[in-house]
Amino acid sequence: MTTATNIAPQAEQELDAVTANGRRRRQGAVDDDTRKTNWWATALIAVCSLTVLIPLYLAVVVALKTPEQLTQGTGFELPNPIRWENFPEAWERTNFPQALMNTSIITVGSVVFTLLTSSVVAYALARNIHRPFFKGVFFYLLAALFIPFPIIMLPLVKQTAILGLDNQAGMIILYTIYGLSLNIFIYTAYIRSIPIELEEAARMDGASTWRVFWSVIFPLLMPMNATVGILTCVWAWNDFIMPLVVLTEPSARTLPLAQYVFQGQFNTDYTVAFASYLMAMAPLLIVYIFSQRWVISGVTRGSIK
Amino acid sequence: MTTMTEAVRASSTGGTARKRASRTRSDASRAMPAFYWMVWPAVIAFALFHTLPVVIGIFFSFTNYAGYGDWNFIGLSNYINLFKDSRVLQAYGFSFLFAIVATILTNAISLAIALGLNAKIKARNFWRGVYFVPYILAILVIGYVFQFFFSNSLPKILAGIPLFADNILTNETWAWTAIVALAVWQACAFAIIIYLSGLQTIPTELYEAASLDGASPWRQFSSITFPLIGAFFTINVVLSLKGFLQVFDPIVALTNGGPGTATESVTLLIFRGGFSGGEFAYQTANAVIFFIVITIVSLFQFRVLQRREADF
Repeated sequence: MTTATNIAPQAEQELDAVTANGRRRRQGAVDDDTRKTNWWATALIAVCSLTVLIPLYLAVVVALKTPEQLTQGTGFELPNPIRWENFPEAWERTNFPQALMNTSIITVGSVVFTLLTSSVVAYALARNIHRPFFKGVFFYLLAALFIPFPIIMLPLVKQTAILGLDNQAGMIILYTIYGLSLNIFIYTAYIRSIPIELEEAARMDGASTWRVFWSVIFPLLMPMNATVGILTCVWAWNDFIMPLVVLTEPSARTLPLAQYVFQGQFNTDYTVAFASYLMAMAPLLIVYIFSQRWVISGVTRGSIK
Repeated sequence: MTTMTEAVRASSTGGTARKRASRTRSDASRAMPAFYWMVWPAVIAFALFHTLPVVIGIFFSFTNYAGYGDWNFIGLSNYINLFKDSRVLQAYGFSFLFAIVATILTNAISLAIALGLNAKIKARNFWRGVYFVPYILAILVIGYVFQFFFSNSLPKILAGIPLFADNILTNETWAWTAIVALAVWQACAFAIIIYLSGLQTIPTELYEAASLDGASPWRQFSSITFPLIGAFFTINVVLSLKGFLQVFDPIVALTNGGPGTATESVTLLIFRGGFSGGEFAYQTANAVIFFIVITIVSLFQFRVLQRREADF
């Protein structure tokens, strides 16, 4: 699922690649909006947003209840008294610190490597796209977008086991490589809109191609780096199927994987389980709450540029 | 120095350098070595970790490999058996039913919400933030919350309706609707953002002109909004269907394929049969077929939807 949704921004971009002034126009649309406030729409949007908020509310209140409170009601009642002990218990049972550590390492590693590698490859491809070799590589990587994960799943497990990559390092490598197709697409259209004169100036001063990339191009790529970084971060943090098939050691478990194993073992102990779910969702959710506008504008930029 | 700048110019295909590039392309046909060094490692890594598994998979799909032990070539029998396997056919049936219903719902709902979010409403950015929240959450984890809702809360809230009163997730006929609800709940977050970006590309003057001519809101939507976001609609539909066909996480969270095999998707079947059922080669053949099906469906959709777009 996640892999599939990730493709959206890039494909969008192709359709809309011509408009370089997308951002300005978007801002303009907000500023120039002189229409009257539409209260009907506001009310409707507010009511519909309950479908998003209610599951989160449910997760919070159940996590704060005792098992007895839970059996008495529907689950939606406010907890009285609040039972904070669910959290330490879930912390112990899922080995939360380790799962959090694993997920963080994989996510940070994937984001860093993705940003460093995808942008370089995209730069080389964008500046040489008329040459057969680079064009070939571009379409080769792009074609992979059509290949569903199940087709690689079974052989991949054998391969990672043989290479000793059935661990966090392997996951970072896989996320970096599998993200390549999409990211290159996001980057290339943007790089092609960067005026070549900037590079020529740097070359006049004697900069090598690598130097040009790191000193001139990479800093200019920051808006796209944000988009690619956000998409990679959400994907690597939440992905379930890839860790499920690749990771073998219980000590390498990621957060979603820990919930999966935990659910199988204690599926009647809802209050502790919910505390655990909440802890698994919280880190990314908290980051999102504080950087909400930035995240959304980053993703939108990737989708229409 | 001159040759270098020529090469850079020649290598550009976009922007102001296009005209010059075509003139100088012939004398700078080879890229600088550094560009090759930038690309080769990625190509090799990609071939090793993506293409190689695909090739190995296709190779083993012609054998009777169980995932361990010896194997022999058995030609096309895996493929032939797939078409006779009722469990496989059922999985395809479920995946398509699920994907079509989920795609329609996702696009209808997210387009409606995107229209609402694009109208002049109070605290617009706050609401946009709220509707994007499901994208941030792991679907497996939030899926467990939904599972509790369907199996514990809903039976008590809607005790009067038999379908919900005895846990919809254990109902062989209707369990899939619960999975649709969860999958659509999450997929909408991203689709809304895409539609919203589409809606913001439409100049407001068009609506002003239309309302001066007396066009009703519905007429404005069908004659202006919808045609102008055609490309966004196409991409959302194609991507949702492709994504939903491969549904995995929501099923694991809610029903794990049950009751029986009523909600077993193709991906879940490949995972189960391949890893614990000793059907490595057989399920790889299934994956190859699945790949072909997905590609055909996606290309077919593109053709149909783009033709529709071209009408305007």
